[in-house]
Amino acid sequence: MTNNSLYTRRRIINGAGLTISVLAMGFGLFWLCWILWTLLANGLPALTAAVFTQMTPPPGSSGGLLNAIVGSLMMTVLGTIIGTPIGILAGTYLAEFGQRGWMAPVTRFINDILLSAPSIVIGLFVYEVYVVQIKHFSGWAGALALAILVIPIVIRTTENMLRLVPSTLREAAAALGAPQWKIINFVTLRAARAGIITGIMLAIARISGETAPLLFTALNNQFWSSNMDQPMASLPGVIFQFAMSPYEDWKSLAWAGALLITLSVLTLNILARVLFRQSSNTH
Amino acid sequence: MSMFSLEAKLKRQALLDLAFRSLTRVSAFGVLVLLAAIIASLVIGSMPAIHAFGFGFLTSPEWDPVNDKFGALIPIVGTLITSGIALLIAIPVSFGIAIFLTELSPRILRRPLGIAIELLAGIPSIIYGMWGLFVFAPLFADHVEPWLNDHIGPLPFIGEFFMGAPMGIGILTASIILSIMVIPFITSVMRDVFDVVPTLLKESAYGLGATTWEVMWKVVLPYTKVGVAGGIMLGLGRALGETMAVTFVIGNAHELSKSLLNPGNSISSALANEFTEAIGELYTSSLIELGLILFFITFVVLSLARYMLYKLGKREGQAA
Repeated sequence: MTNNSLYTRRRIINGAGLTISVLAMGFGLFWLCWILWTLLANGLPALTAAVFTQMTPPPGSSGGLLNAIVGSLMMTVLGTIIGTPIGILAGTYLAEFGQRGWMAPVTRFINDILLSAPSIVIGLFVYEVYVVQIKHFSGWAGALALAILVIPIVIRTTENMLRLVPSTLREAAAALGAPQWKIINFVTLRAARAGIITGIMLAIARISGETAPLLFTALNNQFWSSNMDQPMASLPGVIFQFAMSPYEDWKSLAWAGALLITLSVLTLNILARVLFRQSSNTH
Repeated sequence: MSMFSLEAKLKRQALLDLAFRSLTRVSAFGVLVLLAAIIASLVIGSMPAIHAFGFGFLTSPEWDPVNDKFGALIPIVGTLITSGIALLIAIPVSFGIAIFLTELSPRILRRPLGIAIELLAGIPSIIYGMWGLFVFAPLFADHVEPWLNDHIGPLPFIGEFFMGAPMGIGILTASIILSIMVIPFITSVMRDVFDVVPTLLKESAYGLGATTWEVMWKVVLPYTKVGVAGGIMLGLGRALGETMAVTFVIGNAHELSKSLLNPGNSISSALANEFTEAIGELYTSSLIELGLILFFITFVVLSLARYMLYKLGKREGQAA
């Protein structure tokens, strides 16, 4: 009898635990759906052609987000262009040359910390070393801050992906007499290409939604400006300013911007995963 | 081809090798320089505040830009409390999701559901902020906070934490939104470390008649506890530094109140709100010192996280 009741008790605990686990899954999905639904419900009606053709308006009048979209694109692209090569090179060092000595483990450790460091502190850093020196906010400062966020992500994925490349491939190339720089550039890095591109896409997704590091670097700009040496509008920055304002026009533009940014970030995220999965299937 | 030109060719390649190796080495070294530069610039920037307030900065609740008196206590406490509550919510939920995804989910659903949870991490934090301010906070104020006031408020000890005007924005709202944001990070580490557990170990437990829950709770969790702790620390690191979402909903009030329903402030939201408007060297410098403190706290937390995950990884290597 006692055996039976113990068995029942264990079954009940098991059932309860697993039910809670299913509920937890539902809890997670619930927020995702709710947030996406909110964005669609508020963002879609506000997403007009004017959003893509007009500048950010002064309070109380209608307009668009063109300058913010362009500013975001410019800073994101430049940040990626500055950060990616450094990240790939450093990641290559960790994977290919870092077997001996103290430097690779220390760099790996520091990089993992920078990977999750608060982005607002990166903004403060760029403010201190760049904005204060040139005495005004600028698009370059924003791009620089974003580049600093890109570097750790790219280092991490480059190293991981290079480690997946079988060493027989390196040995085969070495046996043919290829020098090391050729082996790495034309064999290993090429074999790891899909994974590294995935990492870069995830990095772009991450920085295109970042607001905090731009607040003290690119600041914002009400007007059209493609001059990287001037304060520059960005989509997240404008969303922050407009959403906190009391004006209805601004708020609806903020929702349109929020929808745009989320859609592009999530699309990038999903694309990166699909791309990586396809390439790892074919290998 | 003469010997001479071959030798020259080899020499050239050796030089290119050296150049390439140095280039990658310099880039990797750049990461170390970057960290040193971040710390140095923050320390230099906060020097005026350090000179003016000393260690008192950490314990003073005063924040008075008019009279140039600054203390970091309120934002520090706000940051720690919001992150702490966020973890209290996020840890069990992440554990549940990780169990679901590793043990329960049908195979075809595993990938899409896993991606869905990871997308929660992809949503920019400013979106969480907007949604929190315009959608979540009003509902919370109308339906949840009055209930907390009525039902938990009268309880002894914990009651006073839940008494307060139902405004929607405040410490508790910020904590809940933070918890949603860190769930995907903790879940993903938990899934990774659960995969480390040797199948043999789990199958042995099942073979002895253990239920799924018992396998998770008594075999998988003890085996991976260091890694799970590392994942939690990683989530904590994220929560501590989170800026935009918190800035929207925490209320930005330099007040220290017992009630979690009241507005407060965190280090990152104080920076986001005040930095560009700060006038005067001491004000700016105090804000930079706040940034330095935040960086220091996250640095310690993230180092611990990495250490724990590294320890688990080492153990995996031994077992294999």
